[in-house]
Amino acid sequence: MKELLLIAVGSAIVNNVVLSQFLGICPFLGVSKKTETAAGMGGAVIFVITLSSFVTAVIYKFILANTYLLNKGIDLTYLKTIVYILVIACLVQFVEMFLKKKMPPLYESLGVFLPLITTNCAVLGVALTNVTKEYGILESVVNGLATAIGFFIAIVIMAGIREKIEYNDIPKTFQGTAIVLITAALMSIAFMGFSGMI
Amino acid sequence: MLGVILAAVVVGCVGIFIGFFLGIAGDKLAVEVDEKEEAILGVLPGNNCGGCGYAGCSGLAAAIAKGEAPINQCPVGGDPVANQIGDIMGIKAEAGSKKVAFVHCAGSADVAKNKYEYSGIEDCSAMAYVPGAGPKTCKYGCLGYGSCVKACPFDAIHIVDGVAKVDREACKACGKCIAACPKKLIDLVPYDAQYIVKCTSKDKGKVVMDSCGAGCIGCGLCQKNCEHDAIHMVDNIASIDYDKCTHCGLCATKCPKKIIKMIYET
Repeated sequence: MKELLLIAVGSAIVNNVVLSQFLGICPFLGVSKKTETAAGMGGAVIFVITLSSFVTAVIYKFILANTYLLNKGIDLTYLKTIVYILVIACLVQFVEMFLKKKMPPLYESLGVFLPLITTNCAVLGVALTNVTKEYGILESVVNGLATAIGFFIAIVIMAGIREKIEYNDIPKTFQGTAIVLITAALMSIAFMGFSGMI
Repeated sequence: MLGVILAAVVVGCVGIFIGFFLGIAGDKLAVEVDEKEEAILGVLPGNNCGGCGYAGCSGLAAAIAKGEAPINQCPVGGDPVANQIGDIMGIKAEAGSKKVAFVHCAGSADVAKNKYEYSGIEDCSAMAYVPGAGPKTCKYGCLGYGSCVKACPFDAIHIVDGVAKVDREACKACGKCIAACPKKLIDLVPYDAQYIVKCTSKDKGKVVMDSCGAGCIGCGLCQKNCEHDAIHMVDNIASIDYDKCTHCGLCATKCPKKIIKMIYET
């Protein structure tokens, strides 16, 4: 239990997926103009990452790193990247279909963010981190959920700051993406304050 | 060699499995799209302005197709669109009353007093950060920085003499400006309304007199004189009940500050 908690705090805050691992920067910059849409994106990411880390962990354990094959000297773990990409793309598609049919209100509120997640490298990043850190299935799910929550925290804070920046008098050179990147950098430095906590 | 073949088999199988899985899932989870919905969407203006209260034209089309919304819900398309939707749905369109947005403030630059000179961001919402919520002495008045102008998808509202003014013919009553105005000065009035109160100040008479030459002082003369019980004082400001108003114009002649005006004069 204590170990799971450490994994959770570690990936949500200390090794924040956006601010210290620099994964998922595209939606972090692209969908952080308004707090509401940022929260929508964060919600969709939490949903998909948690599910995908479970599925990829199962596939890794029972197909790619199958003990029977390993004993025979056949190592298929190098296939993980390509298989994970297939699985994640499929999963996002399936989740979209499922939500459209069974939970239309949620589907409406997530809107365009669901298909966008396919291109979110944080999803693949988490799946691959789970392998490199040799997490089991439960640990992988906890890690996935916590990482996604970290993404949620980062994108919502970013959106809040950007809403305030709208009214600020920014020198012309720094307007637009420049000030957003500087903001992201400052947030990243702030999150470095957590390093060494675990 | 076995390893290579096995790798190809694993990836191939995953691919085939995903293909079948998504194919079956797509079939099982298919959402039927109503033909009527598609047809209605084709007729609607497609601005996605949100004036109907739905997220966009597709939302309204779905609601009309299900019978949850009346066929004349689209304020932009008006009667022509309602008739076309009526043909699709097989219902006769009832004539909906046309509405237009109206800015309830007459505090133009020459009559309204300013507390100070302001130079900064030209945006009404930004006035929340400015001392006294904007340079105008009247805290209810139009700030004239054009948040509504930016919000209007139809180029139907403009700042004239420091006060927003709606172009009655261009206005489609989508309500974007109503949402954009931080002072809540704009509302929808019937297109055929004749007399209208051009002020929203809830202040007492003396305060209004000190801050603006065109403000409702809350004297209540209009209410006393109206023969049709169509105008009432609510929170020191006159408000007209457009259903009861017979366009007699008595209130406008009695108003000492001349802020009840014929809509065409404004």
